[in-house]
Amino acid sequence: MAKIKKKIKTITVDADKCNGCRSCELICSAFHATPKYSSINPARARIQVIRYPMKDIWLPIFAGEYAPAECMGREKYLIDEKQYDECDFCRAACPARDRFKEPDSGLPLRCDMCEDEPPQEKPLCVQWCFSDVLIYEEREEEVEEAEEVDEAEIGLKSLVDKHGLNKLAETFARMTQKG
Amino acid sequence: MRYAETGYYLEIDLATGNIEKVESDPRLTELHLGGLGTNVKLFWDRVPPETKAFDPENLFIISSPLLVGTPAMSFNRTCVTTISPQTDLLAYPMMGGFWAAELKYAGYDKVIFRNKSPKLVYIWINNDKVEIRDASHLKGKGAVETREIIKEELNEPNACVAAIGLAGENRCFLASIEQGRSSASRLGGGAVMGDKNIKAIAVRGTKDLNLARGAEFIEHVNRAQDYIKYRNANPIPGVMTILAGIGSPQEMVHTDERWHTENFMWGNSRLRRRGFWDERIGEEWPRIQLEAIKRLISCYNCPQHCGALISFRDTPRYKMKCFTKMTYAMAAYVDELEFNFRIAQRATEYGVDGFGTPQILAFAVELYEAGILTDKDFEGCPKDKEGRFYWLLDRMVRREGIGDLMADGLYWMAKRLGPEAEALEHNTIKKHEQLPLKLGTLDPIYYLMYTTNEKISITQIEGNWPQGAFPTREMREEFVRDWPQLPDDHFKQYLLDWNPRGENSIPFFPTPYMCSEIVDWMEMLHNIDDALGLCCGMGSFCLKPPYHIHNYPLLVSAALGMDIDEAGLKKIVNRSRNLHRAYNNMKGMSRKDEKPPADHWKRRFPELEEELLSTYYKYKGWNNDGIPTKERLHELDLDYVAEELTKRGILKDGED
Repeated sequence: MAKIKKKIKTITVDADKCNGCRSCELICSAFHATPKYSSINPARARIQVIRYPMKDIWLPIFAGEYAPAECMGREKYLIDEKQYDECDFCRAACPARDRFKEPDSGLPLRCDMCEDEPPQEKPLCVQWCFSDVLIYEEREEEVEEAEEVDEAEIGLKSLVDKHGLNKLAETFARMTQKG
Repeated sequence: MRYAETGYYLEIDLATGNIEKVESDPRLTELHLGGLGTNVKLFWDRVPPETKAFDPENLFIISSPLLVGTPAMSFNRTCVTTISPQTDLLAYPMMGGFWAAELKYAGYDKVIFRNKSPKLVYIWINNDKVEIRDASHLKGKGAVETREIIKEELNEPNACVAAIGLAGENRCFLASIEQGRSSASRLGGGAVMGDKNIKAIAVRGTKDLNLARGAEFIEHVNRAQDYIKYRNANPIPGVMTILAGIGSPQEMVHTDERWHTENFMWGNSRLRRRGFWDERIGEEWPRIQLEAIKRLISCYNCPQHCGALISFRDTPRYKMKCFTKMTYAMAAYVDELEFNFRIAQRATEYGVDGFGTPQILAFAVELYEAGILTDKDFEGCPKDKEGRFYWLLDRMVRREGIGDLMADGLYWMAKRLGPEAEALEHNTIKKHEQLPLKLGTLDPIYYLMYTTNEKISITQIEGNWPQGAFPTREMREEFVRDWPQLPDDHFKQYLLDWNPRGENSIPFFPTPYMCSEIVDWMEMLHNIDDALGLCCGMGSFCLKPPYHIHNYPLLVSAALGMDIDEAGLKKIVNRSRNLHRAYNNMKGMSRKDEKPPADHWKRRFPELEEELLSTYYKYKGWNNDGIPTKERLHELDLDYVAEELTKRGILKDGED
């Protein structure tokens, strides 16, 4: 497979600086609304601040790849005397929980680093974090070329996983006939 | 489609358990915006002024004002509105936090409670699913404890919970509603919630909130954000630290408290402790504060750090903001800040106002020392200052013994004990506790703010105008050079001409007319903030804030898709403000009630004070008794109010 140059976008999360305001969630949902900024719904955000205030935990997590099945086991992390619950650090939309799923359709969400035309200087969550929790960096790496999977395909794949291909095909055919 | 608001109220009849989702009238938004504005209108329409706080007919409205939940930073306030048990006037205790935004995302602008539940309940609002749930297992639990139990039993860590503690359950007039790092503490909102048998209201929302012209809205927000960054990097020189920045007082950040500890009046607003901040205190207090603060935190969609998670040694964790960090220690004359972080935890769980409560505890001690309260009243009370305060706090929230007197606040406690106690009660306006301040010469601007506003709390009225004259002409010129927040440039001259002493100084300058203009402007800003849900720390309460009369209309217009200019916005908030005034007038409030405590200033000027009030009333379009005139009401499309006031004999024909 051919080697190509790829821009790697990294957000470093300095969670101890988080003041818990959730502006990142809010602006993420507004930016990804159609039309852009026409609606707000933090439950649609591709960044979620995992929060257990009395345990001093405010942990911004970005939506990663969709997972068709939940993990075989779970982990708990103990860091600086704070116990993080199972799945807190996980970026996947998965059947075990509601996080990183569209609240109405249940379709998985994934952070796209606010790809935009013209490009944004930084992802919106980074721009809106005044507490310097989210630090954005770009670098170029040489990687093997891979086929990009678009959002519609990820969504359909999750529906196939959930309902089976036949059921989905039947539903799609019925909806198409209804026009 | 509705924009910025959801267009729905949740109406809950606690007596029958009936819950309805009711579409609100869009015309109300045009006339009163939202938050406080529409809440006042609902009271005018539905609650006869004869209604008392603990009557079943009193409504308890908990609302999410117009711009809450939108991307505009720092619009996150919850506005509670109800008749106050303490003042018998229409009160609107407010709080920041996360609750109001969550309510919008659940699909509601307000929750309107009527009647009383036969047993203790909590409300669970989960988008369209709304339940009244048994709360008998939460009886007597702390407000913070309750929040955690409810989230656990709902298995919903992201639910926002507004809860009362024991004080609210026992209808203490100083009971707060606690939520996030915030509390709605003033005028007994928590007592009415307790009277209705609501222990908590939990909400979770995952619905869309729409903006009419989102891209335009974001442009205005971006400009305000640039100014927030600019102001955070450029504190105002020449004013005390907490006035130099923006946000609510940054009391969790700042550790040097020489000014407050030495200039406020402690105990029962009695003693100014000059020289208090000595070498030992100056080293120990900042150290204890920094030890206690686990993390600085904010409210929803706000970049500031006004609150803190407190984790102090073996004391259970809680959250804190503002001056609660010192009010108990200073009121008790305990010089160890450790005591404050410990008792504030208990007080937060009980759910009481951190400003008024320490004054009441100190008042009880003063009454005991004066022989008005006796050994019998204090039977079982520890002798040490710390133990005494804990003991009194425990009695107050349970209404046990003298605690029953204390639970009604300074005014009513003194009244029930008789003239000797009344002579010692010296820090209320309209029956409500004020900041513990006693000053020298009458300040004409503060005189008007203290006496005339419906909030009855100076911290919610003052703001954009400097608290005192700058000492030099150069400082004044520097201050006015960059002042885009002003409603009109002529205010600059007032500030330039204002001296700290000699000619053009208080009490005779600014003149009564100038004072009227200044106070009217500041009050209007607070009323806008309370209708839109902006934390006044980013608008009306601070010097040179990011939001002001020139950008509020832009935000409202883009959010609603309904073009409103500055004049239009002013008219709307004046309409709501006068409606509120008229409602309280019907409840008996008038000029006779608009008085600061007799000793608030040492040097008083009775004639000037009368002139100030009369000039201000005239400026506001009120008659000499402080009642809105028919002409004023007509200008504001409130002829129906004029009619009602006339019918009741409060306004008389030909008496405008």
